[in-house]
Amino acid sequence: MAIRERLSGNEAVAYAIKQVNPDVMPAFPITPSTEIPQYVANYIANGEIDTEFIHVESEHSAMSATIGASAAGARAITATSSCGMALMWEELYVAASNRLPIVLALVNRALSGPININADHSDSMGARDTGWIQIYAESNQEVYDNFIQAFPIAEDKRVHLPVMVCQDGFITSHGVENILLVEDDKVKGFVGEYQPEHYLLHPEEKMALGPYAVSNYYMETKRAQRQAMIQAREVILETAARFEEMTGRKYGFFEEYRMEDAEYAVVIIGSAAGTCKAAIDEIRNTTGTKAGLIKIRVFRPFPEDEIAKALSGVKAVAIMDRSEMFSATSGPLGAEVRAALYQAHSSVEAVNYFYGLGGRDITVSDFKTVYGNLETIAQTHVVTGMYEYIGLRSEQSKEV
Amino acid sequence: MANEKIYDRINEQSPWQDITEGNKIFEAATSKDFCTGEWRTATPVWDKGKCKQCLLCTPVCPDSSIPVTAGKREEFDYDHCKGCGICAKVCPFGAIGMREGK
Repeated sequence: MAIRERLSGNEAVAYAIKQVNPDVMPAFPITPSTEIPQYVANYIANGEIDTEFIHVESEHSAMSATIGASAAGARAITATSSCGMALMWEELYVAASNRLPIVLALVNRALSGPININADHSDSMGARDTGWIQIYAESNQEVYDNFIQAFPIAEDKRVHLPVMVCQDGFITSHGVENILLVEDDKVKGFVGEYQPEHYLLHPEEKMALGPYAVSNYYMETKRAQRQAMIQAREVILETAARFEEMTGRKYGFFEEYRMEDAEYAVVIIGSAAGTCKAAIDEIRNTTGTKAGLIKIRVFRPFPEDEIAKALSGVKAVAIMDRSEMFSATSGPLGAEVRAALYQAHSSVEAVNYFYGLGGRDITVSDFKTVYGNLETIAQTHVVTGMYEYIGLRSEQSKEV
Repeated sequence: MANEKIYDRINEQSPWQDITEGNKIFEAATSKDFCTGEWRTATPVWDKGKCKQCLLCTPVCPDSSIPVTAGKREEFDYDHCKGCGICAKVCPFGAIGMREGK
């Protein structure tokens, strides 16, 4: 039987770390992820796990030490947020190109500036091209479940890529929710004993890692790395199926909420999906408008074909970005989803909104406005409000 | 094969499928096989007649390209000498000259 608990998102991740008992965790504190290494340090101090905790002087060192430990043959993890991950930037690429199965607990927080400690996705979205697998969560339960699944995904021979397990800062990281924990022995069985094939401390095998690769080798190396990301797709789904067998909780590349007959859809990432679901229920119970939601779980690799297929029956879709990328056009999710629709020769009307930057609230009422806009767009075939901000103060009377 | 080198297996003609995962190299001391001497734009020339075998040149060579056997220096290792000219500067007897080019 699962263990019923109530935990914050940070507590849930720390608890999963305790259950996995990784070999090494170098970490440096940064809001709102600080609690994760703090709880892990407690577990270690209490003798509950034997993880080697490395106190480092910065996040640059945290990721460097995690890479070193992983290359040496250890199951290595770390946790960070926002500017902390920005300081890891160079190492994020190194971890991925060295094909190290590191797991990073990322608590999403806006990047400076202006300095801000609240949730948005600018940190992980900025890192979307680093070669890491990215898995996002709506709730504490999901971040716990995703964290456990991250190890078999990262460590699978077809993948060997680092995984970033993301949750929204404060909203889930500090919000306490009911949660179903998996028993220790089941978690241990699920992730298995880490047995790398090639590693630097191998007593019999000579190996060098991370050599200089001139232009005669770089492109082939990157293509091989892409192949791992392509293969990650099947491994993510296989791992989810195995997790469902163990817990009954179903995961995929994304969750479809009331999409069976949906005419108007929102595509979103993270905790705001819960608010959107509440709006959908209200809309369907009042006006009867067929509203639905696609909540992205896996952003890297990007499930291009699957999303286009899931949106094939809708009249209009709003793609909601919780980070800017200053293309002066779309946000990152907007660009990806619209590219997927274009590749599928879809003629669905698509609009891209920004919301929740730096922790700005988004409400049920905001989502109702979004679905109202989608109905208008579907009727008029005039996409109004492209790239607009939801909940923005403006001199214009109507922003959304 | 005992004498097989890493570049016999992976080289500039290898397709991407043959590149090892993360560019891992399953061999030690492979820098010997990387002929950095190709980078040279000036070449030291050893005048054996003037050389007194004082061995001041050997320890200053940044690329360990002046081999010594039984207390005597030998010909330059041109596979790895980058032509920096420190040996020529340090030689008290003018036994090392620098020639332009490889």
